[in-house]
Amino acid sequence: MATPVRQSAATRNPRPVRRRTRAGGMRMLLTTEALIYLREPMATFMTLGLPIGLLLGLGLSIPDFRVPLPEFGGQRVVDTQLPAMMIILSVSTSAFSAIPAALAVYRERGILRRLSVTPVPPSRLLGAQLVVNLASAVVATALTIVMGHLLLDSRLPAQLGWFAVSFVLGVGAMFAIGLLLAAAIPSSRAAGAIGAVVMFPLLFLGGMWVPREAMPELLRQISDFTPTGPFGQTLRDAWAGTTPEPLHLAVLAAWTLLASIAAARLFRWE
Amino acid sequence: MSMEIIEINGLRKRYGGRAAIDDVSFSVAEGEVFGVLGRNGAGKTTTVECVSGLRVPDAGTVSVAGLDPREDRAELRRSLGVQLQDCTLPDKLRVGEALRLYASFYDHPADWRALMEEVGLGPKRDTAFAKLSGGQRQRLSIALALVGSPRVAILDELTTGLDPKARRETWELIEQVRARGVTILLVTHFMEEAERLCDRVAVLDGGRVAAVDTPEGLIARVDNGQRLRFRAAPEAGAVLRALPEAATVTTEGDRHTVTGSGNLLLAVVTALAAHHITPRDFTMDRATLDDAFLSLTGHTADDSHDTSAPRRTHADHDVAGEE
Repeated sequence: MATPVRQSAATRNPRPVRRRTRAGGMRMLLTTEALIYLREPMATFMTLGLPIGLLLGLGLSIPDFRVPLPEFGGQRVVDTQLPAMMIILSVSTSAFSAIPAALAVYRERGILRRLSVTPVPPSRLLGAQLVVNLASAVVATALTIVMGHLLLDSRLPAQLGWFAVSFVLGVGAMFAIGLLLAAAIPSSRAAGAIGAVVMFPLLFLGGMWVPREAMPELLRQISDFTPTGPFGQTLRDAWAGTTPEPLHLAVLAAWTLLASIAAARLFRWE
Repeated sequence: MSMEIIEINGLRKRYGGRAAIDDVSFSVAEGEVFGVLGRNGAGKTTTVECVSGLRVPDAGTVSVAGLDPREDRAELRRSLGVQLQDCTLPDKLRVGEALRLYASFYDHPADWRALMEEVGLGPKRDTAFAKLSGGQRQRLSIALALVGSPRVAILDELTTGLDPKARRETWELIEQVRARGVTILLVTHFMEEAERLCDRVAVLDGGRVAAVDTPEGLIARVDNGQRLRFRAAPEAGAVLRALPEAATVTTEGDRHTVTGSGNLLLAVVTALAAHHITPRDFTMDRATLDDAFLSLTGHTADDSHDTSAPRRTHADHDVAGEE
């Protein structure tokens, strides 16, 4: 009963190429992580359903959002403010809630430790988590742009190149902070609470409830140095056709770098 | 004599100021099921973690299939399958997906579908991990340890927390695995498990190796390891006491209990027959690995309450020895 298993494996795969098998391992890890992600209805709701729902719900139901405002430089709320905030909401949920919680569970359950005795190191699982969340952020962003354009008559991003730069740096900064949270939180039970404590002030400073144009000067200056303020601002700038401010791009890059280094130092695999 | 596939020499590891293991040495032959036996805190897990490369020992050497777990980590991971004591999978991961995933990590994996059938999880292929019973999870965990077609599999506290039925099924599975020729390093604190599955065991006590032997060899070290009980006329007592093979004789009315070693059974039956005494309700039992462990370490291995089957108790043993 037992021996044929080994033989059949050997005959079916007489000379497997090591590199291909390794890549196969990474691909399978990604597929599996994506499957698990899609089976968590809360994760897909919070990162896709809620932002798109709010975009359309608020955009369609509040007439003032569709009126050009002088303090927005003639923009309507649905043009850049609302969609940029929905992208930030989605990315924040991934970064501050989904990623730390998933990695805390993997650590608690000994899955990272279990992988460290296979040929695939546990860092690959961390990478797969990030890729799956990045994919979710890309889908949320694409849906925000397309749905906003079709149903709310929002603009398409005018400076696509700068938009992409802003997206990459913003997601980088937020995910790096997510990894830092994953490294610092003691347990998966604490992940939700700590994630919320980090997420809501950052959403506020990012302009979620008070647009940056309406913030008092001091608050806007504080906002300039958070990850969410520059992320939202650079997205909106690129959307409207203005080149993002170098300060904002530098702040995002700095957050990415510093949070990644801190996370790498603090991260525990078991 | 087959090749030694695992060789451990003078292994030491301290946590804080306390030695978790101190001068642990043993070797395991290819194809052997080797038990690492001891109670909680005896250093079993630390020892096998040094073998799997999860821990770096403070001193001593480890060689697995000729590889050093520190120097040749990447190579070792391809020939080693590990089942960890406290590892569970994501709740929503399904049985078939877990096996397919772990198979994809290896260059020469086993056929995971065949393995899934072999461990009896074929019908559970699409069941999420959270919905599996304890025994099913353990079988999946064993299958994941074997899916890379390892030469050596380390199984840590395989049946802890399982009910007696699931435990027996897990043992049957290990017996099948043994037939594949995989060398198994089995960590356990269940004597019955070690006695049933292991070719040889290392008994660890307080971080040191108390003995390395076959289960039978350890049992044979127990003095007066055999015990006979029967009913016969009271005068049988005097006949029994005269026997050199009998270490202790207890007589209560017509009930006699004899302990001893060597060919006790033949000596007793012959002596009774010579005196025309016919024993009734004759039972014989011998010492178990529990008794051997007790005599080696001075305490029982299983300080918890979950022994799975009625065993000869130590209280009985003491009564027999009181004479």
